[in-house]
Amino acid sequence: MAGLNPGVQRKGFFHGRKWPYHIALTVTALVIAFPLLYAALISTQTNAEIFTFQLTPGSALRDHFQIVWFDRGLSSAMWNSLQQAIYVTTGKTVLSLLAGLAFVYFKFPFKWFIFFFVLVTLMMPTEVMILAMFRQVSGYGWQDTMTALVVPFLASATGAFLFRQHFANLPADLLEAAQIDGASPIKFLTKILIPLSWNVIAAMFVIQFVYTWNMFLWPSLIIRDDSRQVVQVALQTLTNIDGSLNYGPLMLAAILASIPPAIVFVLMQKPFMSGFAVGQNK
Amino acid sequence: MLIAGLVVAAILGPLYVRRNTINPTAARYGIGSAVAVLGAAVTPLAMGQCSFAEHSSGVDKLLGYLLMFGGAWLALMGARIFWDRADGKKKGDAAFAGEIRAGGFRLGLWVPWVLLSPTLIILLVFLYFPAAATFTLSTKLTRLGAPKSIDVCFTNFTELLITDPFKLVAYPLIAIALIYGARFWKSRSEPGSASRKGAEVAAVIAMLSVFVALYAMFSPGGGGQVAYRPVYINTVIISVGIVAFGMIGGLAVAYLAFRQIRGGGVYRTLLIWPYAISPAVAGVLFFMIFDPTAGIFTHTMDVWFGIDVPNYRESAVLAQSSIILASGWKILGYNILFYLAGLQTVPLEQIEAALIEGASTWQRFTKVVLPALSPITFFLLITNLTYAFFEVYATIDFMTKGAPAGKTSVAIYEIIRVGVNNGDLGRGAAQSVLLFIAVIAITMWQFRTSGERVSYGGS
Repeated sequence: MAGLNPGVQRKGFFHGRKWPYHIALTVTALVIAFPLLYAALISTQTNAEIFTFQLTPGSALRDHFQIVWFDRGLSSAMWNSLQQAIYVTTGKTVLSLLAGLAFVYFKFPFKWFIFFFVLVTLMMPTEVMILAMFRQVSGYGWQDTMTALVVPFLASATGAFLFRQHFANLPADLLEAAQIDGASPIKFLTKILIPLSWNVIAAMFVIQFVYTWNMFLWPSLIIRDDSRQVVQVALQTLTNIDGSLNYGPLMLAAILASIPPAIVFVLMQKPFMSGFAVGQNK
Repeated sequence: MLIAGLVVAAILGPLYVRRNTINPTAARYGIGSAVAVLGAAVTPLAMGQCSFAEHSSGVDKLLGYLLMFGGAWLALMGARIFWDRADGKKKGDAAFAGEIRAGGFRLGLWVPWVLLSPTLIILLVFLYFPAAATFTLSTKLTRLGAPKSIDVCFTNFTELLITDPFKLVAYPLIAIALIYGARFWKSRSEPGSASRKGAEVAAVIAMLSVFVALYAMFSPGGGGQVAYRPVYINTVIISVGIVAFGMIGGLAVAYLAFRQIRGGGVYRTLLIWPYAISPAVAGVLFFMIFDPTAGIFTHTMDVWFGIDVPNYRESAVLAQSSIILASGWKILGYNILFYLAGLQTVPLEQIEAALIEGASTWQRFTKVVLPALSPITFFLLITNLTYAFFEVYATIDFMTKGAPAGKTSVAIYEIIRVGVNNGDLGRGAAQSVLLFIAVIAITMWQFRTSGERVSYGGS
């Protein structure tokens, strides 16, 4: 998809005044941002201030931070989520790279069957088998462990095919050059393929980091110990503070929980967008 | 009985190969037969052949054969997709066949297996095993955490359906007849003729009839049956609502934002960031906005418009709308991202040609831009649907928890309610199988419609 790098070729198409578009885009951006802006406002207000519907920041931000971050252990929940997201993202990327390497640069018996075996899992989302998986993983004694949050998600057909497609589009003479040099497959991967794949790896990293960080259903089933819970589920315990619904801390926690994936997304936006182009429109 | 079914599969396999592949070799007849038998054998073996036991009822046997037929058909369909691609039948797929045969490293045979084994083991243990176990569980009555279980065969399924066997057979047959009728009509009509237009309308009606047939087949409850029809309705309403809102909104915003103006990159970031927000956080944010006592929505409606909005958790329409709004808002960024990328590929010459012909803005949009975007629209339709099926769970759990009276309990929410909260694993697994079938149907549709697309959304 050539056009993912917008700019050059679009000039001249768009004539006329531009300020109406600036206004329209600003308004749209504000409408989209409204839920978050509103939550940011609420996060500074005490319940009493909220019920007066004042539109200026309140007085309680510091107290709320103390409550959610320290007293209610949001910091440890965020730490659990961060570990999970990094383990899953790294593991999945490595396994997908290896699978892509095997699919594109090797010939082996039953390759079509293996290919199919992986392809079929595209229509097997974890959610439709969540009860059986819950029973199976509980049977391993993995409740309340990081293992349960990481290991089942280490492999993915999406990732394997993403790299397969990317490798297949690379020039064929790369391999010949590597073979003349007598490079091993792993050396070929680390010295030649990976340096040519940073965009795809970045795309994979963003997709998987956001996916893992935002996971809710599986941790809510397999993790019951609050100190080991991930942040998305930990938010739920915050709907009850001191025996009642306290809006400010809940909103502050929701915002804090969104910061890491937002940082990853914004920082890696450029390579993410170009990596996304791989395999599209083919 | 089981053997008879397998023999029929062994005969039907080669017939399917003959009809549906362009290069039916002897080897493919053999493989077709074997694949059909394997596909047909999977479900009865997973379910312990219960539907063919001595005491099993007619409905049990019917469902047993249906599952065997479905398994064989799925297996053959998979083989066919593979053969089509190996033959390079679809344009651009010759490259695929080349890749399958591609190679290069001449090393020990074990090397590729070592590279692939971690992926294969994880997929086998954490996807294939639980998938098979879901089918096995669905034929049992068993409590969460309890070691004992009773075999109940298809009872977990039949109690979700209406009890009249005649209707259960007739409704799907009518829907299938409509689909094939519309196809037949289309094949007989000239492209561009009025008759072709009629055939296309008929095809849409036939597709809708599938949803109506399902509606009629699920039990409304009572008489010892489980009321699954409401769950089906909720799932359809909420899924269609999220997909429609997310995709139309995404396209509208992208169409506004794709023009090159100063600061375009900043605007784009400000429009697509909800991609990084979780469904749970989306639930929390809209939980605040719509809160009946403290939320800004209720307050504004009251103060500015004098409208006394009832508690959204007590009104079915409001509860469903708020779920759709929260989920649609969250998926909006994802759709804008893809539509922005897609809009860059719309051929400029075509837009200019339309401009010269004096087409209005709206005509240019519908005649040039929309058709050029259709591959992306289709891709987004599938990913949005997957989102609406599964990820919506967290949003519902924060906003309504299925209230009022189960009106926001969609299929995945109901599975957890029955399987985990009520601890009724067997019944939950049976509902999971239904959802599984829906996912398989959507994926098959995707594979058939588009040759070479790979989904990037979820796991």
